[in-house]
Amino acid sequence: MKRYLSSLRCVANYPVLMWMLFISTPLQAQTEKYNMTRGATDISHQVYDLHMAIFYICCVIGAIVFALMFWSIIYHRKSKGAKAEQFHGSLKIELLWTAIPAVILVVMAIPASKTLIAMEDASKADLTVLVTGSQWKWHYKYMEYPIEYYSMLATPRDQIDNLAEKTELYLRDVDKPLVLPTGKKIRFLVTADDVIHAWWVPAFAIKKDANPGFINETWTKVDKPGIYRGQCAELCGKDHGFMPVVVDVRTPEEFDRWAAEQVELQAQAKAEAEKAAQQTQSMEELMALGEKTYESHCAMCHQISGEGLPGAIPALKGSAMVTQDISAHIHIVVYGKPATAMQAFAKQLTTSELAAVITYERNAWGNNTGDLVQVADVAAAIEAGE
Amino acid sequence: MSTENSSALDINDGHHDDHDHKPKGITRWLYTTNHKDIGTLYLLFALLMLFIGGSLAMVIRAELFQPGLQFVDPHFFNQMTTVHGLVMVFGAIMPAFVGLANWMVPMMIGAPDMALPRMNNWSFWILPFSFFILLSTLFMEGGGPAAGWTFYAPLSTTYSNDSTAFFVFSVHLLGISSIMGAMNVIVTIFNLRAPGMTWMKMPLFVWTWLITAFLLIAVMPVLAGTVTMVLTDKYFGTSFFNAAGGGDPVLFQHIFWFFGHPEVYIMILPAFGIVSSIIPTFARKPLFGYESMVIATASIAFLSFIVWAHHMFTTGMPVAAELFFMYTTMLIAVPTGVKVFNWVATMWRGSMTFETPMMFAVAFIVLFTIGGLSGLMLAIIPADFQYQDTYFVVAHFHYVLVTGALFGIISGVYFWIPKWTGVMYSERLGQWHFWCSLISVNMLFFPMHFVGLAGMPRRIPDYALQFADMNAFISIGGALFGLSQLIFVWCVVRCMRRKGEKASTQVWEGAHGLEWEIPSPAPYHTFQTPPNVK
Amino acid sequence: MVSHRLLVRKLVLICIAMFGFGFALVPLYDVFCRYTGINGKTENTAAPASRRIDESRDISVEFLANRDAGIPWSFAPEITRISVHPGQVKIVNFLVENLSGAATIGRAVPSVSPGEAARYFKKIECFCFVEQPLDAHQAKAMPVQFYIDPDLPSHFTTITLSYRLYNNTPQTVGR
Repeated sequence: MKRYLSSLRCVANYPVLMWMLFISTPLQAQTEKYNMTRGATDISHQVYDLHMAIFYICCVIGAIVFALMFWSIIYHRKSKGAKAEQFHGSLKIELLWTAIPAVILVVMAIPASKTLIAMEDASKADLTVLVTGSQWKWHYKYMEYPIEYYSMLATPRDQIDNLAEKTELYLRDVDKPLVLPTGKKIRFLVTADDVIHAWWVPAFAIKKDANPGFINETWTKVDKPGIYRGQCAELCGKDHGFMPVVVDVRTPEEFDRWAAEQVELQAQAKAEAEKAAQQTQSMEELMALGEKTYESHCAMCHQISGEGLPGAIPALKGSAMVTQDISAHIHIVVYGKPATAMQAFAKQLTTSELAAVITYERNAWGNNTGDLVQVADVAAAIEAGE
Repeated sequence: MSTENSSALDINDGHHDDHDHKPKGITRWLYTTNHKDIGTLYLLFALLMLFIGGSLAMVIRAELFQPGLQFVDPHFFNQMTTVHGLVMVFGAIMPAFVGLANWMVPMMIGAPDMALPRMNNWSFWILPFSFFILLSTLFMEGGGPAAGWTFYAPLSTTYSNDSTAFFVFSVHLLGISSIMGAMNVIVTIFNLRAPGMTWMKMPLFVWTWLITAFLLIAVMPVLAGTVTMVLTDKYFGTSFFNAAGGGDPVLFQHIFWFFGHPEVYIMILPAFGIVSSIIPTFARKPLFGYESMVIATASIAFLSFIVWAHHMFTTGMPVAAELFFMYTTMLIAVPTGVKVFNWVATMWRGSMTFETPMMFAVAFIVLFTIGGLSGLMLAIIPADFQYQDTYFVVAHFHYVLVTGALFGIISGVYFWIPKWTGVMYSERLGQWHFWCSLISVNMLFFPMHFVGLAGMPRRIPDYALQFADMNAFISIGGALFGLSQLIFVWCVVRCMRRKGEKASTQVWEGAHGLEWEIPSPAPYHTFQTPPNVK
Repeated sequence: MVSHRLLVRKLVLICIAMFGFGFALVPLYDVFCRYTGINGKTENTAAPASRRIDESRDISVEFLANRDAGIPWSFAPEITRISVHPGQVKIVNFLVENLSGAATIGRAVPSVSPGEAARYFKKIECFCFVEQPLDAHQAKAMPVQFYIDPDLPSHFTTITLSYRLYNNTPQTVGR
């Protein structure tokens, strides 16, 4: 109730706010809440300046046309005794108002072309990152380092479902941001695994479609360290609104430190996975980790209740897939189901998480099969191949 | 006189005049080949679709009223945006224009009827079935199409559910309907003009519709080809848009927008024609620059074929191609500007009055120009990278389609409804409708520019907190705009029930043209002997 | 009354022609892509051998391999980056292994980035020209033999050749 009241208060403030907008937007263009961001790169500054320049030109054109029109509306009305004149054309004036806009357009086209050509500068880059979109997360792979990982929405499900207070970074935060160094020319190769996505970081003025099967290329050079946020900008299915992009730009030294750390962490994780494969875990341990994993990776589609979305996403609750043949269940989670939103999770989750989440699905929501899936079972399935 | 009962819009089927042979009951409407009856059917169908499409938009706005998921799940939300777009484009705007063409084109050129009356009947009666098929998918398991009205592959092929088959069939049907409607308009204008009605004497509404009709028969078959490819990709193993078999998903966008961009002009050119009829009438002054209006319309239509890729600057095109499409797109601003300047010059030194049609026409000029200017901003590629697929685009195309096309249609209805029904609409209600619509439509779409610039993508069911207050405001504007249209329905129903002042033959003081020389309401059959145009 | 038949017939013909044109856009697009490099499409047939070698500059060529979820193969380039002179012919192997117990047919789709450099990327021989069948658990090295056209504009210094591997086994197609 309180929430609704506060939003009503916002609304009440609106006429005032809108009026301020009308008169102040051009003056205080910095207010990023209502305008394009100026961004953090040389290119994004150029884009911003271009945007403001066209905006002002459009305002001037609009103001002149509307002023003439309203002048006529006020003074040339019948109630004021205006008598209609009967002229119906003038070649001279018509040529004039064909020519003037054409000149304005040329004036606008020159800087626009220049900026576009600057954006497509294909000269040598210092660092290359392969950005792959898939339903509904981003995958980053550093070509110069043995580092790759998925980056997905970090907002808890409860906040989306209005069960918990929304935090400041609602829908804008990810578990692992893309980390980049300042002052280096960075090349992004952009592609997709399933449908078309678009990788968008407003602060870099980069928006590039990720087309399945093909690669696109784009470049940037960021001078200021900071955290820059964006999101997917091409409708890519159900959770299109829930795949943000976060880029964490650090100084080159910090970046190197981070990269070294990541290489080590990935090696460690591999060793741990091997160790875990030797151990057996209890139902409680598996269910606890399984529930956590399920909520972050599975619930978006199959729902917390395991009931899916009839006709679009199959239910897990009471489903034959998760209550009968264990190996088929492991297989679909590990390798996914082609041409559906069911992905191969082998690359995204650790073997412990996989074992836990499969156990969880087999025992939650009254599925109560009592089956335990151990890390070794999952590892064996991965070993055996598809 | 019995003209009151013999009007073509007579809904009281009980009494009819002997001179106007008109079948009774439902069969009159099912079997009719009368252009006025068919025009009425089209317009009422469009009104119904406007409200269906509008309710879908209300679901969207309700969900977006606050951050978080309140009413619908994201999959259903996507179905809403998709079907809202399809219903509004193909169900509301296009049929409304065809309805106006049916009513007005024969009366404006002095023809007794459309040239192909039986085809006319058929092209209308396909539509309800087509939309029944499309809308029925919403009630099926798995829901309706959810890939956006632009249905980009592979989301609409490999990754869609079986509603795709229904959707494709529905689009085929309405494509056939549009093509037949367009042919009818062309054949009528080519062959049935009254003696003396030379090309350069035709009212601009007739001109713009003729050009629109050519656009329709050029691009609707391309749309049919696109959806056929979607269908065969999904069900028959072809790989037009599937990289696995040597196809390319970007190809889909090229073909779709080769249809899609002319389609945009299909939805605005007839509105230009309507406004070009209304402004001179209420300024009591001839249209300024008639010839340049015709030339401008034709150039817009021509240019529309070579700008399609400006919808897809972010797909990754070579710089040379991007520059080409940027320049051609900017070029469209020139003929469009000429039109706007001509309208203003028509008003200049006129003797204006501001009845409801004029109010909507003036609002059309102002708000369409705003939409045109934001379109110009979108043409600038480096900036477009920031605008693409955000609410800025949503704001842009709603300014041209709602305050452009829809306001054009509404002003046309107010302008001609006295001729159709024989009674004046209520001016007081009309003005209420206008002011409520004007204020609410700007509350609805104007702030979208700002949320878009601030970074809110389109087609998302939930958004970050910094967009919250704006979205709440937009949703309220949306609800008010939806409610305002009920006043319109009331106005129309009153006229159809013959409540109101009797309209004269000329209806408006400044009206000129053949349609204003026949009695109000227009008899069931008009111009059975062609008039002589001097 | 004027006869409408002729005009209607012409209009119907236009419609049919435009419907056909919709489909003609598919091959037209392929040709267009090859010339302009949209999506980094390359010639999918063998190019003639290079005439000259431009030793004045080095081009860094990167290799990327990824696979669709539908194909149970491993797929990786033998080497991720080499440096070549324009005109110099190189052979690079891509390693595949069928991890499943069933014979599978794969098809690799190439894409070159930057797109405008695609037409200068000449493949003399490539595993992507034809379908690649693999028996159960079979492994194979698939070669691509290529050179960079010496006419490559000087502002290109890095070219990326990316392959995406798809399952083309008949019963899985058109699902």
